[in-house]
Amino acid sequence: MNPFISPLIPEMATQEVQLNETLAHLKTESETLKSKLEEERAKLHDVELHQVAEKVEGLGQFVMKTRRTLKGHGNKVLCMDWCKDKRRIVSSSQDGKVIVWDAFTTNKEHAVTMPCTWVMACAYAPSGCAVACGGLDNKCSVYPLSLDKNENLAAKKKSVAMHTNYLSACSFTNSDMQILTSSGDGTCALWDVESGQLLQSFHGHAADVLCLDLAPSETGNTFVSGGCDKKANVWDMRSGQCIQSFETHESDINSVRYYPSGDAFASGSDDATCRLYDLRADREVAIYSKESIIFGVSSVDFSLSGRLLFGGYNDYTINVWDVLKGTRVSILFGHENRVSTLRVSPDGTAFCTGSWDHTLRVRAICSLI
Amino acid sequence: MTINTLAKGGSVFIILIVAMQDPDMGMKMRNQRLLITVIPMVKGVEFLLWFLTEALHVGDMLVRYGYIYPLKEPRSYTRWPASELDYAIYLAKKNIRKQGERWNMKGYSLLHKRINHTWDFVVMQAREQLRASKQRRKADRIVLECQEQAYWLINRPPVRSLSSLLCVHLCFRPFCLQIETSKRALGRNRVKSSICLESFTKYSEQYQNHDPIMQGCLPSNPWISDDTAHWTMNSEMVPVPTRLRVERWSFSFMELLNDVMGRKEFMTYLEKEFSAENLCFWQACEDIRHGESSKIIEKVEEVYKNFLAPGAARWVNIDSKTMDKTLEGIKHPHRFVMDDAQMHIYFLMKKDSYPRYLKSELYKNMLAKAIVPQETKKSVFPFMRRQRHASPSPAQAASQTPPEGGRAKGAGQAGTNSAAGSNA
Repeated sequence: MNPFISPLIPEMATQEVQLNETLAHLKTESETLKSKLEEERAKLHDVELHQVAEKVEGLGQFVMKTRRTLKGHGNKVLCMDWCKDKRRIVSSSQDGKVIVWDAFTTNKEHAVTMPCTWVMACAYAPSGCAVACGGLDNKCSVYPLSLDKNENLAAKKKSVAMHTNYLSACSFTNSDMQILTSSGDGTCALWDVESGQLLQSFHGHAADVLCLDLAPSETGNTFVSGGCDKKANVWDMRSGQCIQSFETHESDINSVRYYPSGDAFASGSDDATCRLYDLRADREVAIYSKESIIFGVSSVDFSLSGRLLFGGYNDYTINVWDVLKGTRVSILFGHENRVSTLRVSPDGTAFCTGSWDHTLRVRAICSLI
Repeated sequence: MTINTLAKGGSVFIILIVAMQDPDMGMKMRNQRLLITVIPMVKGVEFLLWFLTEALHVGDMLVRYGYIYPLKEPRSYTRWPASELDYAIYLAKKNIRKQGERWNMKGYSLLHKRINHTWDFVVMQAREQLRASKQRRKADRIVLECQEQAYWLINRPPVRSLSSLLCVHLCFRPFCLQIETSKRALGRNRVKSSICLESFTKYSEQYQNHDPIMQGCLPSNPWISDDTAHWTMNSEMVPVPTRLRVERWSFSFMELLNDVMGRKEFMTYLEKEFSAENLCFWQACEDIRHGESSKIIEKVEEVYKNFLAPGAARWVNIDSKTMDKTLEGIKHPHRFVMDDAQMHIYFLMKKDSYPRYLKSELYKNMLAKAIVPQETKKSVFPFMRRQRHASPSPAQAASQTPPEGGRAKGAGQAGTNSAAGSNA
């Protein structure tokens, strides 16, 4: 006598079969639509970028030097962001510290210790009065910056975003009042800073979302995100819908950045390539790779004119690519461990890289031969 | 002599003992003679085996009924009926509070995947309930929590019939989303590559002179020469802007509006043309879109009063269709209610006022007046480092004046080193 046998098992079996059939049907429909989309995209592809760029003058040799080295983090630097004043920087590291520097003088202006380790995301507010950061605590917190030396910044902390997995990236939108976040739970979300309310959530990635970037467009309504499902998705912030999707990378996409005009974006991935996607042509238009480069790209950014693409790699180097011609212009050394984050300054005068070697380096061009 | 009948109200152990002796499903029993009595006997090994099979069965049932969540769960297993939002809220509360321990993490994330569309609601509810519970006395709170925990342990519903509605949430959703996205993408208008790619070369060419990395900057790159003159000359509001800056205003309407000084110049021009209300309206709409959620309603009211109401002081000229739609939307104001009207006015300015501004005397004079900084001659002793002066932090500026973005004041002005840290 066994009192626990469920009488429902035979029923479950037949229904299970039905479900599996429907699932298979959905899968095939999805695949068919995807290949149809690729066909449509290929129809309008009549020329390659480097062909169009043949008439453009080539670039000479660059000499870029490290002009500032910011030391002070006790562990791997994971993320950094520039302030709109073109000289201040916020950076976060694995030991839970978030530091605000005046990179020009290399002074540390503020320091906050987060209650968690691995602070993977940090962002400077457009006004320069606050910073946002988060990581393994699954939250994004905003700290208003106070110049009162006695004030404990952590006391004024405001918890804004709340995810069910780690926070991978965050960014303020055009004002201090809204934050866009991406998380390891596969979603992105838009939050109101003042109330902590969720304004919009974005579902569509099938795995962790690792990066995001806001579009510099006139209407200011879209952003792009990249994830571990190898997809880069463009979203409409207002409706929460995914308007475009690109899946050509062969591995996790670690970084996405818009081209300055907003008509395209670049992505860097663990497959050791950077790729350029045009939003109007709706396809990938360039791949920046070399056989000798086998380590993944952690971070990418454009120079002000969009002619150069800087990529920070896991083999401790920075490769500088000619966006139009597709060739590598320069390779920069200096870090003693992998480059985890890279951003060009708001006025394009320099770019800063953060690395697992605990330092940040600000580089500027010394001469163009 | 043994217990082999189940009297009413028997304990669990008695149930087991009786089950053990069941001729069909029980153990293989033997009789052992002991003097004059016969005692039922069972081999040790068989006893263990019987218990193992029963235990496995119990474990299996615990999983099926949802008391235990398997780590690698095949999708067609346990189900949460869509109405179990309360349970989701309960789990959310537990997870919000216990940040260190991951309580029932797998079940939580599975549930999350399934009722994704209402997840924000779940999290909000959980937060609210936690906030409310903090008001109670500690003793009451503990009792209520124990009750809640016990309730959910018992009342979580076992697997019932598998309705197709539940399945859609489970494993079909990612595919449904992908199909939707692909269908939308197929309907897009695409542009030929040759046209798109041409725009990149044009853009790079246009901005080349403005790119400090490509072309250097005047008088010198602050990072190289340690001289912040370049930043001083290009700070937000200067008496005379640089030529490059003024040139940039002619590249696109967005460039003009993004530059604080450019916007001010444009406003001056519009005032001359008696169409300044367009730019004011656009700015007010931007403020609504990017401002605090709590102020949206009052801001929309203000905008209606000043720009849209019949006979308003600064009435903007919008086509009737957009106007009707906007007025309808204002009845239930939200962040994006002004979007259509704002877009209309933006393109009106872009197509009409902006080109005329670029041809106007105002702009031409500005361009003529604009300075072209002299390139700083490289110093004779290049290894002598200039002193690097600090600049007032934007955070400090905010506490004194309304925030307008950071400013980098030049050398000499910031004698006070406002930094809290040490010099490199």
